[in-house]
Amino acid sequence: MDGRRWTTLTLAVLALGVVWTFASRAPLAATTGGAPPPSPREGFSAPDFTLDSLDGGQTTLSDLRGHIVLVNLWASWCLPCRAEMPAIERVYRSYKDLGLIVLAVNATNQDSVAAARAFIEARGLTFPVLLDRTGSVSAAYNLRGLPSSFFIDRQGVIRSVVIGGPMNEALIQSKVESLLKETP
Amino acid sequence: MFPYLRLGPLLLQTPGLALLIGVWLGLSLAEKESVKLSLKPDQVYNLIFFGLVSGLIGARLAYAARFLNAYLESPLSLFSINPNTLSPGDGLVIGLVVAGVYGWRKGLPLRPTLDALAPGLAAFMIALGVAHFLSGDAFGARTDLPWKIYLWNDYRHPTQVYEILLASGIFMLVRFRPLGNPGQGVNFLTVVALSAAARVFLEAFRGDSLIWSGGFRAAQIVGLVILAAALFMIKAWAQPQEPQPEQAQ
Repeated sequence: MDGRRWTTLTLAVLALGVVWTFASRAPLAATTGGAPPPSPREGFSAPDFTLDSLDGGQTTLSDLRGHIVLVNLWASWCLPCRAEMPAIERVYRSYKDLGLIVLAVNATNQDSVAAARAFIEARGLTFPVLLDRTGSVSAAYNLRGLPSSFFIDRQGVIRSVVIGGPMNEALIQSKVESLLKETP
Repeated sequence: MFPYLRLGPLLLQTPGLALLIGVWLGLSLAEKESVKLSLKPDQVYNLIFFGLVSGLIGARLAYAARFLNAYLESPLSLFSINPNTLSPGDGLVIGLVVAGVYGWRKGLPLRPTLDALAPGLAAFMIALGVAHFLSGDAFGARTDLPWKIYLWNDYRHPTQVYEILLASGIFMLVRFRPLGNPGQGVNFLTVVALSAAARVFLEAFRGDSLIWSGGFRAAQIVGLVILAAALFMIKAWAQPQEPQPEQAQ
């Protein structure tokens, strides 16, 4: 193809591209950058839940808006879950006064309250432990493997998902720090 | 979408597996193409390999640099295989620089080398689409079209399938009907131009676009710039070149 025809073709393609780009403009709300619906992935609102706590009482996720929340799905028989708990505890102790909340959601439908309690007490873990007795939270979060962790920002949007483990302390700390740096 | 496959105690990340297969395919194709272009296949292989490895290491180091305190407290975390602690943009730049320096030091001619990479790059783009399909990333906007898929709590365009189809078309073209003469660099630029055009087209159906001022989708603007640059470079590079006697045998 000679140079002039190629230039004409190039300009035609680019003009078409500009028209297409203009025609496919979208309001912010058309993507997850707007008001994201609940779904267990980055950029979407964290599916809400209310669960019993191991120490009594209930916790509702949506009541924690304004805080950085780490939802960690775990079971006492799961070795990577057990391995990452000390790192979660250390980060929790370092950042809880800055607004970090850890919700360790025990997959009680495939574990037992007694085993979960024994593990938590043996390790001296201080963050809230919630009991997913029916597996409803596991279902809402499309649980495919334990442990699964969801880092949620102050607006209740999931910002990072870590499936499998164990997570190391630097990973947890970096995710929490990046969310804490954001303007409340 | 099947992002994870449990094999006993192992939780295999299928998107990562798709990308690994893409890299392997890309390397194999680049080696074959380099023979056709009278380049040394081991040098082209090393160019890609060093670029990938340094890109990966660079992505981890750049991430660690952003959260220096965390990594100073537990430096062994640098060796974690978790992909959540990578800085992909920085890794890409570092990988390209290292590959460029390697190619320059080994005297690899630019345009034939780029042409050697073209079919492999096109094959990798298919693997990237498959990885997106498996992970559910690069998902589509809501739609009521008959071929909609249910994903992330809504009916959406199967943009990952569109991506795979377009990337397959680009691969077929550059592998079996390359434009320009071999070694001109035009085949590589064709992959870049067509991939950019595909992104401009597909982005309109995406549900996760980064939106800039005025409602413009960032990826479309960037794609248009790359498309324009590639098309104008094709015209320049398609001109007959002086012979290059120093080309590797």
